[in-house]
Amino acid sequence: MDKKFPPTVHLALTLAWFLVALHMIFLYAPEEMTMGEVQRIFYIHVPSAWTALTGFIIIFFASLVYLRKKSRLADQVAHATAEVGFIFCTGVLITGPLWAKPVWGIWWTWDARLTLTFLLWLLYIAYLMLRSYLINPGRAANLCAVVGVIGFIDVIIDYMAIRWWRTQHPQPVILGGPGSGIDPRMLATLLVSWGAFLCLFFYLLRQRLALGQAQSELREMRRNLALASSEN
Amino acid sequence: MLPETPRAELRLEVRGVSKFFGDHAALREVQLEVSPGDAVLLYGANGAGKTTLLRLMASLARPTSGEVLFAGRDITQEAAAAKSAIGFASHATLLYNELSVRENLEFFGMLFGLKDLQVRVDHELDRFGLRDRERVLVRELSRGLQQRVSLARALLHDPLFLLLDEPFTGLDRRSTEQLEALLKQRPEQGKAVVFSTHNFQQGAALAQRLVALEAGRVRYNGPLVQAPLEALGITPDTEAMHA
Amino acid sequence: MRSLEVLWIIFRKDLRVEWRNRETLVSMCVFGVLIVFLFNFGLQLAPTEMLLSLPVVLWAGFAFAGVLGFNRAFASERENSCLEGMTLAPIDPSAIFAGKLLANLFFLAVAEVVMVFIAALWYNFSFLPSLGQFVLIAFWGTLGYAALGTIFGAIAANTRMREVMLTVLQFPVAFWILMLAMDATAQAFRGNPNGDATAGVLRVAGVSIVFTVASLLLFEYVLEE
Repeated sequence: MDKKFPPTVHLALTLAWFLVALHMIFLYAPEEMTMGEVQRIFYIHVPSAWTALTGFIIIFFASLVYLRKKSRLADQVAHATAEVGFIFCTGVLITGPLWAKPVWGIWWTWDARLTLTFLLWLLYIAYLMLRSYLINPGRAANLCAVVGVIGFIDVIIDYMAIRWWRTQHPQPVILGGPGSGIDPRMLATLLVSWGAFLCLFFYLLRQRLALGQAQSELREMRRNLALASSEN
Repeated sequence: MLPETPRAELRLEVRGVSKFFGDHAALREVQLEVSPGDAVLLYGANGAGKTTLLRLMASLARPTSGEVLFAGRDITQEAAAAKSAIGFASHATLLYNELSVRENLEFFGMLFGLKDLQVRVDHELDRFGLRDRERVLVRELSRGLQQRVSLARALLHDPLFLLLDEPFTGLDRRSTEQLEALLKQRPEQGKAVVFSTHNFQQGAALAQRLVALEAGRVRYNGPLVQAPLEALGITPDTEAMHA
Repeated sequence: MRSLEVLWIIFRKDLRVEWRNRETLVSMCVFGVLIVFLFNFGLQLAPTEMLLSLPVVLWAGFAFAGVLGFNRAFASERENSCLEGMTLAPIDPSAIFAGKLLANLFFLAVAEVVMVFIAALWYNFSFLPSLGQFVLIAFWGTLGYAALGTIFGAIAANTRMREVMLTVLQFPVAFWILMLAMDATAQAFRGNPNGDATAGVLRVAGVSIVFTVASLLLFEYVLEE
């Protein structure tokens, strides 16, 4: 992977993609009729949210693979994804109120998607806290994988339960079936922007993964060194 | 449970086992076979992998690679048969502080599904001289007595293989003598014992076979009398370094 | 059959341990009553508004008392690594889970009865007209909540700051069990004639069953090393 698609090329691609996305966000996409310019944060906000969600889906599958195959790599992928996904999820929680204040007049409301994002954010925190508080190295990966699986089940339940909850929020705007009415240029901008976010996400993920692997190699070298010196 | 298997084939085998904790290798490519009647001393410094090896053999932990077999079958696959044949005691007593000695033994005996539970409990209580304390809560016992109850718990289902991790630590003199007698007696009855200790001399008097571990690898596995003690860095009267 | 027997043995053992020190039940009940007291006293609501706050107060009480109990449930197991002692026996890991769950469920149910009794008194509210539905909601809500508490309690036992860890894991995941249960309870108390309360009970039951089954299936990995 590193040979065929080196990190520097990946980074260059990410930057280029973001330039295109920014161009589309500010120059190509039409201005929204009621919300005006401020609506353009939508192209940052929504892709962040989708990417944060993608992150938890990856954690779920990596956790399942770990539980079945006990693969170290799957465990490392889950850990790295959680850290990167958490950043994107935090991004959603920051851009959300920034958008809500001028449009709704309030920073925060327990709107369906805000609630979902906040719960997802809490799950990320719980998962990462567990990672750093575990004291039994023999069980650490197993326990995190179990929480990864239960956490994802919870995400699915969130999506169902929010529909049962005393609903008052607007129905889904995008992919909400016929008549949900979004300008094709807006949709194109959104998708390109999401692509840029995913590209960035995977760049950060592979860098975090490489860092983790370098860390464990270093630890192993230190240990061998300590062993060698204690023998003499 | 495995009636058709002759006793001599009821071996406990560790085959090419490595165990990693994160990226730390606690055991590397360990090979070991224990047959009924064996008395094996596991010897090595702290961190050599003694505890990990015993825990793997007791199916408390799974190997990262390699396998642990009982009667030729993976102990995690044939868990019920293997667990009924294995007794394990370690530094942690695995006893409930809020239950009495007898209640603890009865509880674990019931989990093993023992038929003649009361007889067995009485037998173990007598063996370890705990009869007069059977109603005392474990919390109120001294460390040495708790260790005795823990041994009684490990022996309750009369396991073919008795695995003991540092069983002499914290034992008073009388308990030590009882344990030594037990470790001598089991192999004579055709049962196996595998135990680890820091005190080489004490262990050597009770075992026929020595398995010396160093940094997760088996340095020696063979008859104790033939062991190249000097090459292994063991002088008969020393204790292993607390590395 | 053997697993049911094991479940029962473990449950009886937990009752006996609890009977010796009475720590878990007493602290759960006291804590629950304190929560009902705080809200009842602090909110000073008119009788009509009381009905709005009561479901929230009850489920907040159940939730906090529950977390307290789930933490205690693995304290005795952790002390001398007793959980490992159980895994040495030829029994199914899910039977261990079920036994611990039954104990957690039982202790929380006792605390809930105390809280409901106190709440009926202070809120001057009769549970009788909606008792059947309320018991159903409480049962299903408590089952899922306790199942999550049991597996997270076992997980948190392997961490530093166990109590904090359990809380941090429990609340985001159990969020909808609590919310749906509150909602259904409010419906039941209002005596909604449209049959909405039944739908509420079904939702709570559905979510609880999903989490209970998932925890049951995943528990073996929690014990594995």
